[in-house]
Amino acid sequence: MLTIKNLYVSVDGQEILKGINLEVKPGEVHAIMGPNGSGKSTLANVLVGKEEYEVTEGEITYMGEDLLEKSPEDRAKEGIFLSFQYPVEIPGVPMVNFLKTAVNEHRKHRGEKELNAGEFLKLMREKMDLVDMHPTLANRSVNEGFSGGEKKKNEIFQMALLEPKLAVLDETDSGLDIDALKTVAHGVNALKTKDNATIVVTHYQRLLEYIVPDFVHVLYDGRIVKSAGKELAFELEEKGYDWIKKEN
Amino acid sequence: MTDQDKILSDVTQSEYKYGFVTDIETDIIDRGLNEDVVRTIWEKKNEPAFMLEFRLDAFRKWQKMKMPEWAYLKIPPIDYQSISYYAAPVQKAKYTNLDEVDPELIDTFNKLGIPLEEQKLLAGVAVDVVMDSVSVKTTFKETLAEQGIIFCSISDALQEHPDLVRKYIGQSVPVADNYFAALNSAVFSDGSFCYIPKGVRCPMELSTYFRINAANTGQFERTLIIADDDSYVSYLEGCTAPMRDENQLHAAVVEIIALDRAEVKYSTVQNWYPGDKNGKGGIYNFVTKRGICRGVSSKISWTQVETGSAITWKYPSCVLIGNNSVGEFNSVAVTNNHQQADTGSKMIHIGKNTKSTIISKGISAGKSDNSYRGLVKIMPGATNSRNFSQCDSLLLNDTCGAHTFPYIEVGNKSSKVEHEATTSKIGEDQIFYCNQRGIDTEKAIGMIVNGYVKEVLNKLPMEFAVEAQKLLQISLEGSVG
Amino acid sequence: MSVITEKTDLSLKYISHFNEAKELLFADSPDVLNQHRKMAFQDFVMQGIPTRKNENYKYTNLQPKFLPDFKFLHKNEETDASLAEIFSCNVPQLNTHLTLLFNGWFYQKNTKSGKLPEGAILESLEKVAKNNPGILQKYYAKIAETGADPLVAFNTAMAKDGYFLYIPKNVIVEDPIQIINMLKSDKDTFSTQRNLVIIEQGASAKLIICDHTLDLNQYVNNSVTEIFIAENANFDYYTVQNQHNSTTSINSVFVQQEKNSNITTHTVSLHGGLIRNNLKILINGGNAEANMYGMAFLDKNQHIDNFTQVIHAKPHCRSNQIYKYVLDDKSTGAFSGKIHVVRDAQKTNAFQRNNNLLLTDTATMQTKPQLVIDADDVKCSHGATVGQMDEQAMFYLRTRGVDEEKARMIMMNAFAHEVVQQIKVETLRERIDELIEKRLRGEVARCHDCSYNCDC
Repeated sequence: MLTIKNLYVSVDGQEILKGINLEVKPGEVHAIMGPNGSGKSTLANVLVGKEEYEVTEGEITYMGEDLLEKSPEDRAKEGIFLSFQYPVEIPGVPMVNFLKTAVNEHRKHRGEKELNAGEFLKLMREKMDLVDMHPTLANRSVNEGFSGGEKKKNEIFQMALLEPKLAVLDETDSGLDIDALKTVAHGVNALKTKDNATIVVTHYQRLLEYIVPDFVHVLYDGRIVKSAGKELAFELEEKGYDWIKKEN
Repeated sequence: MTDQDKILSDVTQSEYKYGFVTDIETDIIDRGLNEDVVRTIWEKKNEPAFMLEFRLDAFRKWQKMKMPEWAYLKIPPIDYQSISYYAAPVQKAKYTNLDEVDPELIDTFNKLGIPLEEQKLLAGVAVDVVMDSVSVKTTFKETLAEQGIIFCSISDALQEHPDLVRKYIGQSVPVADNYFAALNSAVFSDGSFCYIPKGVRCPMELSTYFRINAANTGQFERTLIIADDDSYVSYLEGCTAPMRDENQLHAAVVEIIALDRAEVKYSTVQNWYPGDKNGKGGIYNFVTKRGICRGVSSKISWTQVETGSAITWKYPSCVLIGNNSVGEFNSVAVTNNHQQADTGSKMIHIGKNTKSTIISKGISAGKSDNSYRGLVKIMPGATNSRNFSQCDSLLLNDTCGAHTFPYIEVGNKSSKVEHEATTSKIGEDQIFYCNQRGIDTEKAIGMIVNGYVKEVLNKLPMEFAVEAQKLLQISLEGSVG
Repeated sequence: MSVITEKTDLSLKYISHFNEAKELLFADSPDVLNQHRKMAFQDFVMQGIPTRKNENYKYTNLQPKFLPDFKFLHKNEETDASLAEIFSCNVPQLNTHLTLLFNGWFYQKNTKSGKLPEGAILESLEKVAKNNPGILQKYYAKIAETGADPLVAFNTAMAKDGYFLYIPKNVIVEDPIQIINMLKSDKDTFSTQRNLVIIEQGASAKLIICDHTLDLNQYVNNSVTEIFIAENANFDYYTVQNQHNSTTSINSVFVQQEKNSNITTHTVSLHGGLIRNNLKILINGGNAEANMYGMAFLDKNQHIDNFTQVIHAKPHCRSNQIYKYVLDDKSTGAFSGKIHVVRDAQKTNAFQRNNNLLLTDTATMQTKPQLVIDADDVKCSHGATVGQMDEQAMFYLRTRGVDEEKARMIMMNAFAHEVVQQIKVETLRERIDELIEKRLRGEVARCHDCSYNCDC
C-alpha cells in the first residue's frame, strides 16, 4: 500500500529526515515512536503533503503511484487521512458544512452520488456515536472552542466519516485523559478492516495498549534505528529513550 | 505556495454577471449642471414649490464646496458637466398592472433575479424598483396601505404626502452636509419613501432595487424612512449596473428617522459594476446614509455587504439623540482587482445610556485598497454610554492593502468605548486542514471567508443572507454567473 | 475670515522673527547647521503654525500657545554656576552620567559624574558641528522631515544647540546616561533644542531625559531629536516630563534603526501645560524590534498628545506600543498612532494599544489608532479603550476593607503598572513608581532631594 524509500526531508534548509525506509501493507498497524525532535511529526506531515516540508531525496509510492506529485486534497481523496496533532480552528465555518463538503468531495472523486443534507445528517449521527461525540458539537465552528479532548475525538470522528485507506495518527494521545484515550482507541479499532492500514505516531507507549501495533519502529535523529514487534514498545517504556540514544 | 497563489489569483479575477445593458427607451436630459438643470428636474417631476427651494439651496451650497480629499482613495477628477443628471425609462404613467410594463424591463429584473410579479415573490418582500433614478414599480403597495404604511417612490410621496416629506427631508442629512449629499439634494430624481405609523410592525421586508442602465448618467436617488413611535421595519437595498468602460457616478442619500421606541433595520447588498480586471470602468459609489434615533429607546441598525463599485465612499451613521437609543453597524466589504473602498460608520452619542456597536470585516484581494474609517463620539451629556467596535481585515495576497482609521472621542467618565482591530492573512493552516479533508483550495478559501464574515451575514434577513453569501462566493471563487 | 487672518498673522510673526534673527542665526554657526536653514524655513512658511484643520494637529490646538511675545535664545547665555546644586534630580543609587541642558543649550560647566567608556561622546551639538562637522554631515537633518511638520521645519531653521550622543561600535555603556533639560529665564521664552544620537553597530546605551521648568514664565520648548541605531545595536530612550502648566513642550523624535537592532522608548508625562510628543520610527532592517511605551497623568487644563508612527519597511520585524493615560479635572488627552507596513515587509508583527481612564465628566479623550497595511503575511492589531475605573474591582477591594480613596489609588497604580514594569532600569522604575504615586495623590511629583519649589 505504502512504500517509503530512502526519504530525506528538510524544513527551512535543516535536514530532519535522513533516509527513511518503510513498507506498510493493508491490514497492518505500524507504530512510529521516538523522542521529541526525532522527526515523527515531519514524517506524518510529508505523507499528507504539507508545503514547508521539502523532500530532497527518496520516494514514496502509495497504491502503486508516486505520492509526492499529488496535491494534499488528492492524497486525501485517495484515502490518506491525518489526525492532526494540533487541529486548527476555523471560526465561522460550521462543522456540518465543512464535513458535508469534505464527504461529498470524496464521493465525487470515487464517482459516487453526492449526499443531500438529510442523508448526510443521518450518516453523521451514526458516526458520532462511535466516538461518543456530543451532537451539538456539529453545529459549532470547526474546532473552535473545543477542548483538547474534543478536538482529538473530532479528528477520529472525521476519520470515521471519510473512511480512509491509510490513517496517520499524529500524537493523537497527547492531552487526553484515560477515558478519552479509550474512546479514541475504541473508534480507531472499530474502523479497522483487513483492507486499511494505520500509522500511529506517538511518544508514549500508553496508546499502544489500546491500539495494538503489528510493528513498532523507533525513529531517532531522522532515521529508523530499530524495528520489531509490539514487544519493542514495552521495552521502550521500561528503559526510556536514553537507551536508544546511547546505542546510536 | 505557487499553487495557492495561482488559485488566489484565479479566484480574484471573477467576472461581473450583471453587466448587460437593457435596450429601453430613455428620457434623458442634456449633460451638464446649472440652476436651469435643477429647475428642469423639478419641473419634470412636477414637485411642490418647497422642493425647488430645497434643490436650489443645495445646488448653491454645492457650488461653493470642494470634493473631500481625506479618504484613502485615489479618485480621478470628475467632470460634473459631462454627466447627465436625469434619465428615466419612458413610461406613460405609473403602471397599475404588470402587463403594461415594458417586457424588456420585466426581463431585466428577471435576469437580475428580482421578480416583479407579486404572486411570485417567495417570502412576501415588497419591492420598489428604481432604474436610472426613477422608480418603475412598487409592489405590495395596497397590502401595506391597509396598515397605514406608506411605501412608494419619493416622487409619489412628494405628490401624495408633501407635508410628511417636507417635515422630514434634510433632517438626517442636511443639504450641505457634504459635497456629495449637496449634489444629491440638488439633482436627485427618485428613490423610495417609507412611513410606518405608530405602533405598526411592518409585516414584510421592504426592498428597493436600484439599477443604473443608461450611459453617461449619474444616479442620484434619495431614500427617506420614517418610523413613528413603537413601529418596526426591515428595509433592504440592492443594486447593479451594466459593464461600461467609463466610470459612472452614484451619489445617493438615505435618511432614516426613528421616533420613540421605533426600530429600523436597513440592509444593503451593494453590487454595482466594479470595473474590469484592469480597473477600467465601474461605478463611483459616493453615498451618504444617516439615521437619527430621535426617540427614546429607538434603534437603527445598518448592515451592508459591499462587493461592487470601482470606488466606494460610504459611512452609514447613527445619531443617537434619544436616551437609551441604540445604533448598530455591521459591514462586509470585499475589494478586488483595482477596486478601492473607504467605508465605515459614525456613531454620535448625544442621549444618555446610548449604545452602539460597529462590526466591520474587510477582505482585500487583487490590487485593491480597502479601508475602514469610523468615528465614535461620546458627547459630555451622553453619560453611561457604550460603544464596542471590532474591525478585522483579511488580506488574500501581497499586492492589496487593508487600512484602519478609527477616530474615538470621549467626553465623559461614565461612558465606555472599546475598539479592536486586527489585520492578517488568510490562514494557511486552515486551508491545509481543509485540503487534508479533500477540499480544494478554492473551495476552502470560499468557506473560510464566509466563516470570517458570518457574524455580519447573520444580521441580514434570511433571503438576503443567501444572496450575499452567493455574491461573496462569486467574487472570490471565480465562478462566472 | 477672521480666523484665517489670525492664523496668518501668527505665522507671520514667526516668519518675520526668523528674518530678523537670520543674521544672528547664520553668524557664528557651523555650515553643517546653516545649510539646512533656508530650505527648512521655506517649509515652515508653506505650512505655518498648525491649526486644527491640519489632520495631524486635529486634537491639539497650538495657536493660543504661540501668541505671547517670546524671547528667543539665539546665543548661549551665561548661567549662574550653582544651577547644578539647586537642581539635583539624579536618580538615587543610579550611577548616571549626568548632564544639564539649559533652555536648549548644552551647559558648558557640566560637572561630569562618572566617565563614559572610551570613544563615547556626550557633547554640545554646536561644539561637535564646529570641531567635527564630518559626522554631522552624514546624519544631521537626514530623517527629521521638514516638509511634514511645521514645528520640525521651524526647529531646523532655528537650531543652534542641543546634545550630541555617540556610542562607538561594540561599546556597551552599562550605566544610564541622564540629561536634565531645564527651562529658566527672566521672561517668557521660546527655546529650540536640536539633538542627535548615533548608536553604532553592536553598541548599547540607555538615555534618560528629564524635562523641568524652574520658574513661572511661559515657555514653548520645540525640540527635535534624530536617533540612528545601527545593526545589532540597542538603545533605550526614557523621557520624564515634569514641567509647569504654562509650558508648551513639543518633542519630535525620529528614529531609524537597522537590522537586528532594538529601540525601546518610554515617555512618562507627569506634568505640563501642553505636551505634544511626535515619535516616528523607521524600521529599516530585518529582524529589528521597536517598543514604544507611554504614560500620562494629567489634571487641571493640561493637554497631552502622543503622535506616533512606526513604519515597517523591512520583513521579519516586530513593533509594540502601549500608551496609557489617566485624565482628571478638565484635562484633555489625545493619541494618534499609525502602524504602516509597506509592501513586501512580510512576517511583520505589529501591535498597538491605547487605554485611558477618565476620572471626571469634564476630562476628554480623543484617540486615533491607525493601521495602513500593504503586505499580507502580517499580524497587526490595535486596540483602544476609554472608560473609568473597573467598578467591580473597586467594590471587591472595598469588601476587603480597603477604603474607597485607597482602592482608587490601588486601581490607578495597577493601571499604570503594565507600562511601568517595562522600564528596564530598576532604580528608575522605582523612582517612576514613586513619582506616579505622588502625582496620583495630588502632590507635586518631585523627587525628595529636589530643593526647588515648582509647586505651580
